Amino acid sequence: MTRRRAIPLVACAALLLAAPPFLPPYALTLLTQILIYAIFAMSLDLLLGYTGLASLGHAAYFGVAAYVVAILTTQYHASFWLCLCAALLAASAVAAVFGLIAIRAAGVYFLMITLALGMVIWGLAFRWVSLTMGDNGISGIARPSILPGWSLARPVPFHYLTLFAFFIAFALLSVVVRSPFGLSLRGIRETERRMGALGYQVWLHKYLAFVLSGAFAGLAGALWAYYNGFVSPVELHLLTSVEALLMVALGGPGTLLGPALGAAIIVLFKNLLSIYTKRWLLILGLVYIGVIVFAPKGIVGALRGARR
Amino acid sequence: MEFWLTQAFNGISYGAMLFLLGSGLSLVFGVMRIVNLAHGSYFLLGGYVGLTTVLKTKSFPLALLSGALSVALIGLGMERFFLRKLGRQSLSQVLMTMGFALVFQDLGLLIWGGDPYTLAVPAFLARSAQVGPVFVPFYRLFIIAVALAVGIALWAFLERTRAGASIRATVDDAEMAQGVGINVPLVSAGVFALGAFLAALGGVVGAGFIGVYPGLDFEVLPYAFVVVIVGGLGSLQGVVVGSLLVGLLDNFGKALFPELSYFTLFAPMALILALKPTGLFGKR
Repeated sequence: MTRRRAIPLVACAALLLAAPPFLPPYALTLLTQILIYAIFAMSLDLLLGYTGLASLGHAAYFGVAAYVVAILTTQYHASFWLCLCAALLAASAVAAVFGLIAIRAAGVYFLMITLALGMVIWGLAFRWVSLTMGDNGISGIARPSILPGWSLARPVPFHYLTLFAFFIAFALLSVVVRSPFGLSLRGIRETERRMGALGYQVWLHKYLAFVLSGAFAGLAGALWAYYNGFVSPVELHLLTSVEALLMVALGGPGTLLGPALGAAIIVLFKNLLSIYTKRWLLILGLVYIGVIVFAPKGIVGALRGARR
Repeated sequence: MEFWLTQAFNGISYGAMLFLLGSGLSLVFGVMRIVNLAHGSYFLLGGYVGLTTVLKTKSFPLALLSGALSVALIGLGMERFFLRKLGRQSLSQVLMTMGFALVFQDLGLLIWGGDPYTLAVPAFLARSAQVGPVFVPFYRLFIIAVALAVGIALWAFLERTRAGASIRATVDDAEMAQGVGINVPLVSAGVFALGAFLAALGGVVGAGFIGVYPGLDFEVLPYAFVVVIVGGLGSLQGVVVGSLLVGLLDNFGKALFPELSYFTLFAPMALILALKPTGLFGKR
C-alpha cells in the first residue's frame, strides 16, 4: 500500500478508535450498526467484486449465525466465545453445503440458485417454530461478557468489540485479496476459461472464496444478534441479501473500503429516512433504481474515473 | 386414500396458479436473461387491480382483463425505459428490479392499505362438489382450466405463429436473430409485457384463492424461481412439469411436515440441480 493511501486510512482508524466515548448515544448506535453491515458487505464483496459471483443468498450465513447466537444464549446461556465459534462454524457449514450446489452454475443460474437456497433457510426460520419461534423471532439476547466480569452490555464497550471485529475482518480480507489466492480469484473473475487452461483449480478457488465469504458474513450476523438483542426471519430474507448487494454496488465492487462506505450510506439513509417519513420503502426503491442509472460503477469507481 | 387424493388435487390446482406465474418468468428469462425480482410484484399488483375492478364493476372477467393488461403496460414501461439500457449486466438488473419491487410494494400499501383481501368470485365458481371421497371446490377446477387454456394458447403461439417463431429464434441466439432481420428489441418488449401479463393474470386468479395482501409479492417470488429453475429456463414443458412438481411438493410438504415445509420444497430442487444444473428441460 502506498503512503498516500495509508495516511487517510490510519486517520480514519484513529478517529474510529477515539470518537466513540464522545458521541451521543444514537450516533454511537448507528456507528455500531454501520460497522456490522460493513463487515457483511465486505464479506459479500469477496464473492461479488473479487470472484465475480453475484450471490442472492448471502443473508443465509448472516442469519444462521445470528440465530445460532440467539438460540445458544437464550436457551443454553452459552458464553460469548462458544457462541461466536458455533456461529462462525454454522455459517461456514451452510456456505460449504450451498457452495457444493451453487458453484456448479454460472451467471444468471448462480443468481437464481443462491436466491432459492437462501429462501430455504428463511423458510426454515419462518416455519420451524419450535426451534426459531417462527415469525415472532427470538428476543432477549443479552450482550455478552468476553471474560468473566467484563461485560459488554453498555454501548461503548460493545462498540469497541464491533470495531475490533471490523478491523480484524478488514485486515484478514485485505491479506486474502492481496495473496496469490486473491489474485487468482481476480483472474477467474476476468477470464475463467483461461485460468482453467493455465492449470488453476477454478472450482476449488471459487468454492473456498464462497465458504470464506460465508464465514465473514457469519461474523457480522453473530455481532448483529448481540447488537439488536432480537433475531427474526427478516434477517434471512431476500431483501437483506439484495441490500448487501446494493451496499457493494453503491460503494464499488472489487474494493474493500467501497462496500464499507456503501454500508455506511445505506444504514444512515434507512435509519434517518424512517424517522422522517413512512414512505421510506418507496424512497429506498428509488435509491436502488437511481444507483443503477447514475452510479453504475459505485462511488469508488466514480471517484477513480474522476481522478483519471 | 382420501388424504392423498385431496392433497394431490390441491397440489395440482396450486401448481396451475404457479404455472401462470412461472411461464411469464421463464419466457422473459429465455429471451432476455433477466433475473426479474419484480415478477412477484406483477402478481401482487394484478391481484389488487382485479380486486378493485370487481368491487367497482362486479365483473370477474373484466377483473381478469384489467388486472393483466394494466400490469402488462407497467412491464412494458419498465423494459422500454429502464431495463433495456442495462444490456445483460445481471447485477444491475437485480438491483434495479429490486428497486421497482420495493416501489410497487410501497405503492400497494399506500393505495390498498395493509389488510388482506380475498377477491369475490362469481357465485357459480364459489360452489363445490363431492367427488367420491374428495371435496372439490369449483374455483380450483377453474384455476386448472385457466392454466390449461393459457398453456395451450402459449404453445400454439410459440410453435405455430410467425411472432412465436421470432421469439424462439431470439431465445436460441439473439445475435443471429437480429442478423436475419428479426426486430429483437421489439420481441424483447413484447415478451416482457407478455410475462407481466401472465404473472398478473395469475395474481387475479390467485386473489380469489390465496387472497392478496402486502408481502405476497416476495412470498410467491421464490416459488416462481423454483418452478423455472427445476423445469429449465426458457422451456414451456419445463414450466409445466416444474409448476406441477412444486405445487405437489408444497402441498404434501405442508400437510406432512409443517415445520419443514420449505425444506421439502427446496431440497428436491437442490437434488435436481446437483444432477442436472440446467434444470429438467434446460438446454444450456
